[in-house]
Amino acid sequence: MAALSDFRLLRPASAADAVRLRGEHPASRFLAGGTDLLPNMRRGLVTAEAIIDLGGVAELAELRVVDAALHVGAGVTLATLAADPVVQARLPALAQAAASVAGPTHRTAATLGGNLCLDTRCMYYNQSEPWRHAIQNCMKIAGDTCRVATKSDRCWAAFSGDVAPALLALDAEVQVLGPQGSRRLSLADFYRDDGMAWLSLAADELLVSVRIPLTDGWVSAYEKLQVRGAIDFPLTGVAVALRREGDLIGDLRVACTGVSSRPELIGGLESLAGKPFDDAALALVEKQIKRGTQPMETTVINVSYRRRVTPVLAKRLLRRLWQAAA
Amino acid sequence: MKSILRLSVNGKPREDAVADNALLIDYLRDTLRLTGTKQGCDGGECGACTVLVDGQPRLSCCTLAHSVAGRDIETIEGLSHTGNLSRLQRAFHEHLGSQCGFCTPGMIMAAEALLRRNPHPDLPQIKAALAGNLCRCTGYVKIIESVEAASRTEELAA
Repeated sequence: MAALSDFRLLRPASAADAVRLRGEHPASRFLAGGTDLLPNMRRGLVTAEAIIDLGGVAELAELRVVDAALHVGAGVTLATLAADPVVQARLPALAQAAASVAGPTHRTAATLGGNLCLDTRCMYYNQSEPWRHAIQNCMKIAGDTCRVATKSDRCWAAFSGDVAPALLALDAEVQVLGPQGSRRLSLADFYRDDGMAWLSLAADELLVSVRIPLTDGWVSAYEKLQVRGAIDFPLTGVAVALRREGDLIGDLRVACTGVSSRPELIGGLESLAGKPFDDAALALVEKQIKRGTQPMETTVINVSYRRRVTPVLAKRLLRRLWQAAA
Repeated sequence: MKSILRLSVNGKPREDAVADNALLIDYLRDTLRLTGTKQGCDGGECGACTVLVDGQPRLSCCTLAHSVAGRDIETIEGLSHTGNLSRLQRAFHEHLGSQCGFCTPGMIMAAEALLRRNPHPDLPQIKAALAGNLCRCTGYVKIIESVEAASRTEELAA
């Protein structure tokens, strides 16, 4: 691969300093673990005149329980998150999702914030410069057409982070810091359905932390489908969280990744509260997943398979959790 | 632009003028001439460049040198002591864990991190710890046997 382009490295000691530096250097990028950003820079997908390394910002590494919620700094590594006893015991979907990202040597560097902000992926985008040049590029990088849907006026690159669907199912919210101060928003509102602008984060805003409620009675799980079991992005990934009330469904949340330009919290499942866990309930989950996701030709595995297998994963996880919650 | 980088490599403190955009692998191989760390896929997919940062396995091709300022870096060159191979190096040698040898330094560093954390791993734990390391010769069975053999051996005193 090509060498990294020349840039100035800035190493702030606080989140406020990081945001200030981001404002002072418009052509800059935040760097966390670097496992996605640095290879993307070397492939010419990302350019920056300054890199703001967040590794020295102590507040981003916080991981603690406050008021029946787990606060996780955006700089906590996926390895730390996956091994944390509270996460393993109370938020299994999060532990499973964090442990399923790439390989162990990535997870010791890769962070929660980096995985939530992960660049969207597409087989026409994540390629070498000569390859992309040969197809006159795509609209996500210097071209004017989406190669996946040539008549479409938008980019369909797929969001492929594993942790986001788990956190959507676990009803997480995020804290963001900008020049005007900090704001909180639900994780669902953190994303936009656009392969080129998939975050609702302004250019000078920094994802600081995630807050996950620790609510009794919920069980959760995450599972992904991948070409290579040992280390790969999800072709599709599903997280489910379930609260059982005796023989009835108390509450249910399902979220998917890899099958839209944003991680999708599946809507229209509220009516299942108070209903029995039967074929009709699972049929509604399947219908709503098919309605709420739109896998496109962004990977080497074809669309119809990913479209059919996503609800299969969800139903399998739900059956398993239903038994576990008995 | 260059700035001063202070860190420890294989137990020795270092102070070098290093470019802001230098990767850890380039610093190790080109500045320090520690060419035991291999450049494989060069994009975070094969694990050949694995080194230890404060005892944790990290991909040196996806890490900026300045991002590990002040940390302890260990490479394959740091494992042997006074001419004696480490138990993992010895086990890879004796159990044919190395074929062409290109993935071996990365495999051994990832396995070293595992054995320090978990001296007697079972088979799934070994496979999980090496999941990010590719062997182009596909010598995985012998690699895993080598790690198992090392886990049954005592480390020679340094």
